[in-house]
Amino acid sequence: MTERDPRDMRPREGCPVQDWATDFDVMDPDYIKDPAPVWRDLRERCPIAHTTRWGGAWLPTTYADVRDMARAAPTLSNRSPGVIPPAPELREMLIAEVKEFGSELPPISSDAPEHKPFKQLILPLFSPHAVERYRPFTEQLANDLIDRFIATGKADAAVDYAQQIPPRVIAHIIGIDPARADEFVEWVRGVLEEGQTNPEARMANRRHIRDFFQAMIDERRDGLRDDAISALMTAEVEGKRLSDYTIVGVCYLLLVAGIDTTWSSIGAALWHFGMTESDRKRMYAEPDLYPTAIEELLRFYSPVVMARRVLEPVAFGAAEMAPGEKVIMNFPAANRDPAVFEQPDEVVLDRTHNRHIAFGVGIHRCAGSNLARMEMDVALRVWFQRIGDFAVSDPDAVRWAGGQVRGPRIVPMRVTAA
Amino acid sequence: MRICVDAEKCEGHNRCFALAPELFEVDDLGLAKALNDGRVPPGLEDKADLAIANCPEFAIRIVEED
Ligand code: HEM
Ligand code: SF4
Repeated sequence: MTERDPRDMRPREGCPVQDWATDFDVMDPDYIKDPAPVWRDLRERCPIAHTTRWGGAWLPTTYADVRDMARAAPTLSNRSPGVIPPAPELREMLIAEVKEFGSELPPISSDAPEHKPFKQLILPLFSPHAVERYRPFTEQLANDLIDRFIATGKADAAVDYAQQIPPRVIAHIIGIDPARADEFVEWVRGVLEEGQTNPEARMANRRHIRDFFQAMIDERRDGLRDDAISALMTAEVEGKRLSDYTIVGVCYLLLVAGIDTTWSSIGAALWHFGMTESDRKRMYAEPDLYPTAIEELLRFYSPVVMARRVLEPVAFGAAEMAPGEKVIMNFPAANRDPAVFEQPDEVVLDRTHNRHIAFGVGIHRCAGSNLARMEMDVALRVWFQRIGDFAVSDPDAVRWAGGQVRGPRIVPMRVTAA
Repeated sequence: MRICVDAEKCEGHNRCFALAPELFEVDDLGLAKALNDGRVPPGLEDKADLAIANCPEFAIRIVEED
């Protein structure tokens, strides 16, 4: 294998992986489509793989290792949770901002002891009871989306449905003017989609969103409203009000953490049902399946990986990690580990033993899991209620995205009204 | 059957509440508590087992079998 400068972050297009144990590539198109065969192979011969691609990283593949690593905070630090390193110009700007204002996106980018008070600040916004308040809004939205395409007999389950739900729900929760929701959704997609590979688009859209939140704060100085941004403006962490920079950061985190993650889960679930007739029929026939089916789909199609930064020398199994190195928290592979799950590579809608960690494990476990679950539940229930039958119409046209968040981005479906 | 949630281990995933709302309550920070002092009403034992087998922090345990 040729030596590669670890700072060289250019994609090695046309440069195939030589050995997944020492040269894995999380952006490899086949891996993005179906990573399970790679994980099966690695678990047997090299359960913690390494690569020099994308700035270099370790990749655990067993449940036990991923859990131990999640618990190894802050030796494994959350200070830069991105899997693909930001482009150099964005990186420098971020470093300068963090020096001036503190952690960019608390709590996901913070370690103990700073982490806990920020986490506790946002948890009440997303408790199981709090998110139920948004169920009627979500149901209305899902129905409206279906109204737009049902008469045509076809839809893109990702573009026309899954991707429309999370950004509008979170915009509603934060308190964004519904008249500006479309514009806002475009910026968010600019960061999450185009921004992954185009640093200019990412910076420009990031700026739009941050300015937008700052303007919302300014508008509320004379009169708070019943929305999350107002709640953050009066909240205190350790006896002190939050700075505008931090409030903007928290809102921004809710976007980047809560949107493409959830639309990937909804999209993957619909893709699954659109491809698998037996499971589709079961959902129509057995509505009691929803709770376990949702957990199973979260396990099987776990969309999210996060990164950790090594702060002190530490070893896991044969992997000796040095300060500065990156570790990919491979929750999706942990969820396919045969040591923990029976028939790990099959979707079993009524699986009862399911300690999946799609939402992470330990102190950084997802703060928005109740919201994500509610959105998935509504998106699937409304879909199955309104649509009498459906199927993926052109499997070859389906496109998956990956890297930090994996899920289908194009899913052409044939749909019949119920 | 009687169950309990170990407050030290619970990280507030709320999986217990999502799968067996009859048996658990969760607070604003997500921390779970077994309702009714952990006593599982007859007929809900399967739900208790389901919650136990879905808690990723291994925080729920049986303190009294029937
Ligand atoms: C199916 C959808 C989702 C999945 C699979 C998911 C997954 C995850 C994972 C794996 C982590 C752990 C990160 C780590 O260990 O570093 C995480 C953290 C987080 N998620 Fe989610 N997430 C989803 C939806 C959401 C939603 C809807 C929101 C909020 C609106 C949200 C907000 C957060 C926040 C704030 C954190 C940081 C928590 C911390 O660092 O303590 N997520 N998520
Ligand atoms: S599932 Fe486990 S960790 Fe989660 S709230 Fe229930 S007891 Fe706590």
